[in-house]
Amino acid sequence: MSEAARSIPLTVNGTTVRVAPGTTIAAAVLLAGDATRVSVSGEPRGPLCGMGICFECRVTIDGVPHQRSCQIICSSGIRVMTDEVLKGSGGTGTP
Amino acid sequence: MKWSFDILVVGAGPAGIAAAVTAAEAGQHVGLVDDNPAPGGQIWRKGAHLPATAHQWQARLDASSVVRLHGWRVFDCPEPYLVRAERNGSWPAHPDTEIDENRGCAELRCRALILATGARERFLPFPGWTLPNVMGAGGLDAMVRGGLPIAGKRVVIAGTGPLLLAVAAHLAARQAKVAVVCEQASLSRLARFAVGMLTEPAKLWQGARYRMTIRQTPYRTGSWPIAALGRDRLEAVTLQQGGKRWDVPCDYLGCGFHLVPNIELPDLLGCRIEDGFVATDAMLRTSVPGVYCAGEPTGIGGVELSLLEGQIAALAASGNIDRARSLARQRRRRLGFVRALQQACALDPHLRELPEEDTIICRCEDVRHRSLHDHATWRDAKLQTRCGMGPCQGRICGAAAEFLFGWHAGSVRPPLFPASVSSLVSPREPALADESLVAANALHENAKETP
Ligand SMILES: Cc1cc2nc3c(=O)[nH]c(=O)nc-3n(C[C@H](O)[C@H](O)[C@H](O)COP(=O)(O)OP(=O)(O)OC[C@H]3O[C@@H](n4cnc5c(N)ncnc54)[C@H](O)[C@@H]3O)c2cc1C
Ligand code: FES
Repeated sequence: MSEAARSIPLTVNGTTVRVAPGTTIAAAVLLAGDATRVSVSGEPRGPLCGMGICFECRVTIDGVPHQRSCQIICSSGIRVMTDEVLKGSGGTGTP
Repeated sequence: MKWSFDILVVGAGPAGIAAAVTAAEAGQHVGLVDDNPAPGGQIWRKGAHLPATAHQWQARLDASSVVRLHGWRVFDCPEPYLVRAERNGSWPAHPDTEIDENRGCAELRCRALILATGARERFLPFPGWTLPNVMGAGGLDAMVRGGLPIAGKRVVIAGTGPLLLAVAAHLAARQAKVAVVCEQASLSRLARFAVGMLTEPAKLWQGARYRMTIRQTPYRTGSWPIAALGRDRLEAVTLQQGGKRWDVPCDYLGCGFHLVPNIELPDLLGCRIEDGFVATDAMLRTSVPGVYCAGEPTGIGGVELSLLEGQIAALAASGNIDRARSLARQRRRRLGFVRALQQACALDPHLRELPEEDTIICRCEDVRHRSLHDHATWRDAKLQTRCGMGPCQGRICGAAAEFLFGWHAGSVRPPLFPASVSSLVSPREPALADESLVAANALHENAKETP
């Protein structure tokens, strides 16, 4: 994809990512190389179903927790946080 | 804006689009609610080459008077003519404004309800299946259509059903390196199915065409993944075919075992369920007066059948019985395909041996196989292990547990999806200005711009 096509900036765990219009937040989190959530026994998890059913892709978007990122399209300037950072077990960015 | 409709359609896949458009063209005031940001359901997702049929229906939808709520999830239906939906991921466009004020819960009323909620993939647990980058086959496809770059990535596709070929072909067309497609069904079972299909007018999910696109890729029958390997994410998958086992390094595993219908909403309304599917008559009336069901909840039969069913339900619900009858005759001819497909995708009993003692079955609550197999019923297991009690409410582990242990999930209760407290306590006439609808449609516009 050309850089020009990646016209939507957002942050994932504090790191800026640029995505093409129409990209889901789940895809943006994967692009940033992060897991979406940490399971109750501490495993990193990523999206499974891609269609709003499994809840594995849930992240915090602009402070609103438990959002299913596979069904939400990125808009400019949003801030996405994953469990990895919120629970302090790694991730790429700062909280 | 009126929040009361002649006909309300839940689900904007092919079945729901066909239903909404047909009903609106017949002069009805129609609402269409779907939890995705844009119409199309599972198959007509943007980001892939869409067939002419998809464009035609989309154009008819755009030209119609249908009131569309994209990004709204139906979580309750206290009576057949009252549907409660919550807006999905709504937050102010500007991150510094107060959250929550924009969240909406809508109460939608109607005279007739058409449920076109589609299906989801069936997932079977195996060691490592919870690693990031192990997804459903359709799940991986959806992620790619949602912007996940796949060119040059090594991919394994596995599970069962025609979906595997469709996904492999799509990803290969996007320059993914699809290493292998593993189909659990045996070659003889598939052969029987293929022969049966010669009498079927519609091409088997364009299977043959897909196979051509990926002819460099081995297609192994009677074969499945027995483990996903990796530390923090997928690095390789161990595959098995007969007595043979081997590892394939890969970036993504797309693994789904055919589809299970989304019947929670019809079930909640009290619609009769038979063999896991919503029972209807030829006019697609369910056992609950005024409630119709179209598309995959009545049987998995592919996009053309979903389109037919959407139209039949809409015509019947708007009183055009003669036209509905003539389409119902076309539908009847396709029902053999539904049964044949179900048989072809029947799971090999050996797949029950996939999970090891410490393999997670319920991903929401991290309940492992060892704490489940001694329970007698789903209810028992739920109460004592919290299996199926997490946010997905058993949508993922329920189908697996049914296959692994023979359990049947109990009755559903509202909310069908976790809903925000405000939606639960203050269901009211929507305090939605027209702008929230515009916002929903703007999302859709945004989505359309992507090549
Ligand atoms: C990746 C993929 C590829 C496929 N390829 C093919 C193919 O090539 N050919 C073919 O014939 N079939 C294919 N299929 C099968 C395909 O699912 C069906 O053919 C078709 O999508 C069925 O249409 P439908 O309208 O019945 O259901 P769906 O397309 O599943 O639509 C149902 C819609 O309802 C929504 N919904 C469900 N519950 C709620 C709720 N409570 N509130 C709000 N909205 C809700 C869902 O999110 C979805 O948008 C494919 C499936 C997948 C997943
Ligand atoms: S990936 Fe399953 S809900 Fe988003």
